[in-house]
Amino acid sequence: MSDTEEPQQKTVIGISYGNSNSSIAFTGPDGKAEVFANEEGDRQIPSVLSYVGDEEYHGAQAKSHLVRNPKTTIAYFRDFLGKSFADIDPTNAHASAHPIQHDSGVAFSVEEKAESGLSTLTVSEITTRHLRRLQESAADFMGKPIDGCVITVPTDFSESQRKLLVEASKAGGLEVLQIINEPVAALLAYAAREETSHPADKTILVVDIGGTRTDAAVVASRGGMYTLLATQHDYELGGRQFDDALIDHFSKEFIKKHKTDPRSNERSLAKLRLECENTKKTLSLSTSSQISVESLADGIDFSSSVNRLRFDMLTKKSVDQIVALVESVVKKAELDLMDINEVILAGGSSHTPKIASRINQIFPASTVVQAPSTMPTALNPAELCARGAAIQASLIAEFEAEDIEQSTHPAVTVTPHLAKSLGVVIAAPEGDAGKAEDKVYVFLESETAVPARRTATFVGSKTGGDILIKIVEAKRESVDVTPPKEEKVNGVDDEDEDDDDDDDEEDIKIFKRVTEVERVLAEALLKDVKKGAKIEVMLNVAGDLTLTLTARVVGSQGGVRGTIPGSAL
Amino acid sequence: MNVVATSHSLPPAEPEWVHEGSFHILEQLSKPVHRNLEPVGPHYLAHARRKRHHRTFSEDDRIVAAQQAKNVEDADSGEISEPEDPLLLQRDPKDWKNQDHYAVLGLSKYRWKATDEQIKKAHRRKVLKHHPDKKAAAGGVDDDNFFKCIQKAMEILTDPIKRRQYDSVDESADIDPPSRKSKANIYKLWNPVFDSEARFSKKKPVPRFGDDKSTKVEVEEFYNFWYNFDSWRTFEYLDEDVPDDNENRDQKRHVERKNKAARAKRKTEDTARLRKAVDDALAMDVRLQKFRKEERLQKDAKKIAREAEEKRLADEAKKKAEDEAKRKEEEETALKASKADAKKAKEAAKNAAKKNKRVLRKGAEDANYFHGEGSAPSDVITNVLADVELLITKLDNEELDSLAKRLAGLKVGEEIKAVLVDGVHSIVSKGSSKDGDFKVLK
Ligand SMILES: Nc1ncnc2c1ncn2[C@@H]1O[C@H](COP(=O)(O)OP(=O)(O)OP(=O)(O)O)[C@@H](O)[C@H]1O
Ligand SMILES: [Mg+2]
Repeated sequence: MSDTEEPQQKTVIGISYGNSNSSIAFTGPDGKAEVFANEEGDRQIPSVLSYVGDEEYHGAQAKSHLVRNPKTTIAYFRDFLGKSFADIDPTNAHASAHPIQHDSGVAFSVEEKAESGLSTLTVSEITTRHLRRLQESAADFMGKPIDGCVITVPTDFSESQRKLLVEASKAGGLEVLQIINEPVAALLAYAAREETSHPADKTILVVDIGGTRTDAAVVASRGGMYTLLATQHDYELGGRQFDDALIDHFSKEFIKKHKTDPRSNERSLAKLRLECENTKKTLSLSTSSQISVESLADGIDFSSSVNRLRFDMLTKKSVDQIVALVESVVKKAELDLMDINEVILAGGSSHTPKIASRINQIFPASTVVQAPSTMPTALNPAELCARGAAIQASLIAEFEAEDIEQSTHPAVTVTPHLAKSLGVVIAAPEGDAGKAEDKVYVFLESETAVPARRTATFVGSKTGGDILIKIVEAKRESVDVTPPKEEKVNGVDDEDEDDDDDDDEEDIKIFKRVTEVERVLAEALLKDVKKGAKIEVMLNVAGDLTLTLTARVVGSQGGVRGTIPGSAL
Repeated sequence: MNVVATSHSLPPAEPEWVHEGSFHILEQLSKPVHRNLEPVGPHYLAHARRKRHHRTFSEDDRIVAAQQAKNVEDADSGEISEPEDPLLLQRDPKDWKNQDHYAVLGLSKYRWKATDEQIKKAHRRKVLKHHPDKKAAAGGVDDDNFFKCIQKAMEILTDPIKRRQYDSVDESADIDPPSRKSKANIYKLWNPVFDSEARFSKKKPVPRFGDDKSTKVEVEEFYNFWYNFDSWRTFEYLDEDVPDDNENRDQKRHVERKNKAARAKRKTEDTARLRKAVDDALAMDVRLQKFRKEERLQKDAKKIAREAEEKRLADEAKKKAEDEAKRKEEEETALKASKADAKKAKEAAKNAAKKNKRVLRKGAEDANYFHGEGSAPSDVITNVLADVELLITKLDNEELDSLAKRLAGLKVGEEIKAVLVDGVHSIVSKGSSKDGDFKVLK
């Protein structure tokens, strides 16, 4: 039999589990992760369950029951997992089944089957049912049973919440290989695109704007390994605030015409909310959008339209808050906005062009902002977490449970990280010892986990002779490189320049981040280097912070080697 | 292994670089930071594989490692909680204008100082506690009044313009100025007052009242600043509600006008209020008296110093004159004395010479004018006396003296003549006389 020769490949998936939506993804044989649609064709599957008649509805169907059957529709429950009733914010569940206090924490009381009386469903139980439905969709799509999954959660999910999630999934027959952090999954989704085994060191900001919350994380990516430097959360900021802005806008319009407030009736409000969300999504792609709601209130149909400009005005406050959160998390990581090399916008609301452009504005031009409206090659922000989870799932699919347990153990994850960037002093460029030039070539960025090593080559000098390699700890400083204002010479040179433009640029200052020596650690002398000879330098930092330098002249025997003993950790 | 080809070059070694060997250590690497690597991605898994082969995983390790890690998740700060006043919980949300928005969120002790971050956190805390759905679930009455108060407070405190308007009239943040009669330490009395008023300043930083160590310049600057205080304080919050139905246009315009006037009046009153506070502070400010006194003392000290200097100069001049006079006097006396001495010596010499001359003349007489026995003829006497006289006139006082001494005690004529002839020889040899001038003494 052939199946004894080749061990059966495990079928594993990645799941992003949100308060608003969940997604399922798998990694194909080509190593590319893909989010797939459920039976209804949805890739963002609403995390909603609804009990109507004898049926359990899930996803988009369940969500639509928010209008007619809010009391038996359960939504926005993820963050309740493992929390006490006192610690939850029930605001988002106001227009659906209300959470209640339960011995295990939080539960919902709904009639599961017609005429069967109320039953109490704990958040764990709801989670089990939700994940089971996702698993069924996945198995359907793959045509085979699912052996395991990786699930993403926000960074502030506690250990006990993670444990409960694993248990809830298991209870539904779905094995959890690993729970991973959302921003790291989003990062992995992008990292997997890069076809290099030596990814560049970057400091990345992940901003996840979902439906009910916004999470920001600053992540150091060093040698392909990720470390969270700071995180911050806003639990009252997300897509719903953008929906609310439209709801208020159209309600006012409706009141003006019909003297009745659709917000004062729960059903009208639920209808309007669903339609406003659709209108909002359309505005991410086109500059204006229609809305029409049959029998919105008092049996009156409503239809209207809104353009993006108006929408941007209505949502300015929320966008301001997102920008403030971004600035605040970077500050919390003790970094400058200029230290962020890349911004990844994740979560469904990151489709909103204004959010992306406002975030883009506060960063220097060199910072890549990965969002659909700022970067044509950006991935779908709503799919990043699921994709990252699928990639991780495929990496550990064949691991034993014991292996995974040990690899994620703090004894392995907790690692000394360099406090300062390490590098060597470089010669000033020919004829320019300017302030705005790097003084140090950085081998190992700060926040690199040790052990680590890097190698680089340097071009030879024009004269030859002895060369000094200064190993230093470096810092980055902002240098004002605003070009001096050009004097207008009789207006001849600048004839085509617009006066208004001039005014705009009046106080725009351009800063550049340059490396500077902070502390010289050691010096190595490389003797009698022939002119033009290339030099190869390797810095190796051991786990105990012992630094070893090896430098040699490429293509010759000459070289120098030295070691700075590590300090006690 | 991955090698990055840079376009940089390395600096040449300075010729002064001399160390033993070719590797010179100056310092160690900075202490590392312990952080949690995210256990995700191919590179991490490779790292874990490497690391696991050197480590054991006792529970102890786990605890130690977890404790070492710098936690990036924010711990909810407990500093923004205060007991809830039962009366506050019963507030009617419709009366939001009179609501203490800070107290509603539990930020009474922060007020205008509360950061946006604190407001957000405090709001979240209150929402978790007072959400009406929770009260309903717990079987309580469906009362969302306080929740509405919370939302209103949040609406106002997170909108910069509304917050300013509220902060403008937030009397709970005011610190009343002390009465002029207050006896307590003025710095303790006034610093809180001005620190609180400072919140309304458009210009930052705002100078503080200071303490007894403040310099005169600082104090002057303080009063200058506060007498020219530029305040953003506004009074819209106290506006009377404007009716917003279109029917009543006139009424609407009337209320608007009234509001505008009321705002202007309040602003004027506020400016006057602050001015009075500054006046009071100035009146009570003992530092000003101190500075005045110090100044006076300084002036006095200067005067004394100037007078002392003048006196010193006068004394000096006087002493100099006296010294000069004294010196002159001494010089004169010395001169006189030396003149008298010289006269005396001259006299003495004169007398001595007279005596010596007499000795010489006597010697010739005693030697019987070198005539032997019997009285000498008168021409012999005349010649001898002429020679002796000539000799005397040619000899100076000293020679005269020495000849006279040699003659002393001589009785024999020949001996006396020999001495006199010696005298003649000596003056002839000096060239002051010729042999032929003498007739006898040769
Ligand atoms: N094209 C779009 N343009 C604007 N908003 C969108 C778009 N697509 C989805 N959204 C919004 O994104 C939000 C859902 O985001 P996401 O799927 O990331 O939710 P989630 O992670 O489950 O959210 P949370 O846990 O914060 O509630 C919704 O508010 C939705 O309206
Ligand atoms: Mg999310």
